[in-house]
Amino acid sequence: MDFKSKLLNNAVEEMSSLPGIGKRTALRLVLHLLNQSKEEVNQFANSFKLLRENIVFCKICYNISDTEICHICQNKNRDHSIICVVQDIRDILAIESTQQFKGYYHVLGGIISPMDGIGPDDLNIDELILRSKDEKVKEIILALSATMEGDTTNFYLFRKLSESNVKTSVIARGIGIGNELEYTDEITLGRSIIHRSLFESSLSK
Amino acid sequence: MLLTHLSLINFKNCTDISIELNSSVNCFLGNNGEGKTNVLDAIYYLSNTKSYFNSIDSQNIKFGEPFFVAQGKFSINEETTNVYCGVKKGAKKQFKFNKKSYLKLAEHIGKFPVVIITPYDSNLILEGSETRRKFLDRLISQFNKPYLENLIAYNKLLNQRNATLKQMAESQRFNADLLAVIDMQLIEKGNFVHQERKQFLNEFIPIFNHFYKDISNQNEKVTLTYTSTLNDNSFEQLLNDNIAKDRVVTYTTKGIHKDDLEFKIMDDYSLKKFASQGQQKSFLIALKLAQFEYIKKKKGFSPILLLDDIFDKLDESRVNYILQMIAHKKLGQTFITDTSLNKVTNILSKLKVNFKSFEIKQGGATLITEDNQEL
Repeated sequence: MDFKSKLLNNAVEEMSSLPGIGKRTALRLVLHLLNQSKEEVNQFANSFKLLRENIVFCKICYNISDTEICHICQNKNRDHSIICVVQDIRDILAIESTQQFKGYYHVLGGIISPMDGIGPDDLNIDELILRSKDEKVKEIILALSATMEGDTTNFYLFRKLSESNVKTSVIARGIGIGNELEYTDEITLGRSIIHRSLFESSLSK
Repeated sequence: MLLTHLSLINFKNCTDISIELNSSVNCFLGNNGEGKTNVLDAIYYLSNTKSYFNSIDSQNIKFGEPFFVAQGKFSINEETTNVYCGVKKGAKKQFKFNKKSYLKLAEHIGKFPVVIITPYDSNLILEGSETRRKFLDRLISQFNKPYLENLIAYNKLLNQRNATLKQMAESQRFNADLLAVIDMQLIEKGNFVHQERKQFLNEFIPIFNHFYKDISNQNEKVTLTYTSTLNDNSFEQLLNDNIAKDRVVTYTTKGIHKDDLEFKIMDDYSLKKFASQGQQKSFLIALKLAQFEYIKKKKGFSPILLLDDIFDKLDESRVNYILQMIAHKKLGQTFITDTSLNKVTNILSKLKVNFKSFEIKQGGATLITEDNQEL
């Protein structure tokens, strides 16, 4: 698309660099912004600038945070003995919304995927090992995606954590609540059978 | 299993074909380049959701036309199923089973199995081990879903391992833990695939030997063997022993991705180098008939057999062997192509096999004879 306007061209180009945004959508969004007042657009642009310039990673868990230590790590009422390992902030939001977890988090910042050029050194793994050596920490929960890359990362972390004196657990995998058994794929179902749990333990306490 | 009706529009050079088919033998006759093989390929397409010869869908559309449609009526135990496939340029392929689209095309494969014997089979002998592994994998995964899943996982892990080796070489930092973690998973998948391949071949090789003996009249001895570095050593041992080498070449040198089927004649001579053309052809036919028999055994019914141009390429005694099998009803519904308008049909009449023959000319089909001996 060539609009004979360098300014417009630039704006559309930048907009379409975002994931999931094609040229047409980009043009629609840019035109929408043009229709708004200068102040509104300034505010819009500023919010991104501020975000990029001021946001920091929490010194403890590597979550995205406005302050040096994120609000979860600042909260003294949570359970110090459990750390839940996740890939990024989206997973924290997902787990937080369950309201079932009261411990602290550790954000890896990705998962091991040599194909994409991500090795263990690119992730916050050493920091996790360090945290796990704290006397107060008793259990580390691995809550990563159920993909091959997730598995590789789980195995790797497990190996590394074996030096520390903590229990390493992994989130359960199985049939989704409300799903019919017959529509569950074979691998998940097979695993659910192998890792079946005692009915007693499934009763809510 | 039977294909009772086939209709094609703009499939390769078949402009408009709509034919009712015989339950025993159907012959497509005509000169070269008229579209005989394309009719067979269409049947293969309806079974495997892709062409045997050209896997790029848009290239299977007739030149200058916007789309092709292939439709077939299959029946298994009197139950009829309509299989429809439409490919339009620039649009997603439509594949329907009784007017219902599939979520995954892979679900269709194996429902209506066909076995094709064509002159192109010689690639199995001439080309590298990948062609033979593909033959093996396709056949096993039709009946063994865990096999396919493990194989896919293995290949993915293998790519991860190779990428890791490359990165370690580039950054000059060796992370033994990461490699160990990948190896651990790779070994599990690799061992599974190896076991299944071994088990499959234990079943398959005797079937093959039986057919080869029959076809060749016991004149020569050939062997089909499964070679794998995992046959003699544990996968774990192999990976550990070769880690130094793997790190230098930055890829995985041992594993089931290096497996092969070895074709040999007179115990120790490579079929590719030392066997005559005729011996090679017999070998391939035995291989394909063994595939036929194996599918039949697993499915409980005969797959469709497609014989492309084999009468041109085979000597009389081997052709007779196959036709005898048809006459004795050892094979299921069979489709044959030939350039001569009456050679095959004469033989079939003599053998009292009922058949239908069509002349394929300029992408159309006309019925020549319908010979129904049983009526």
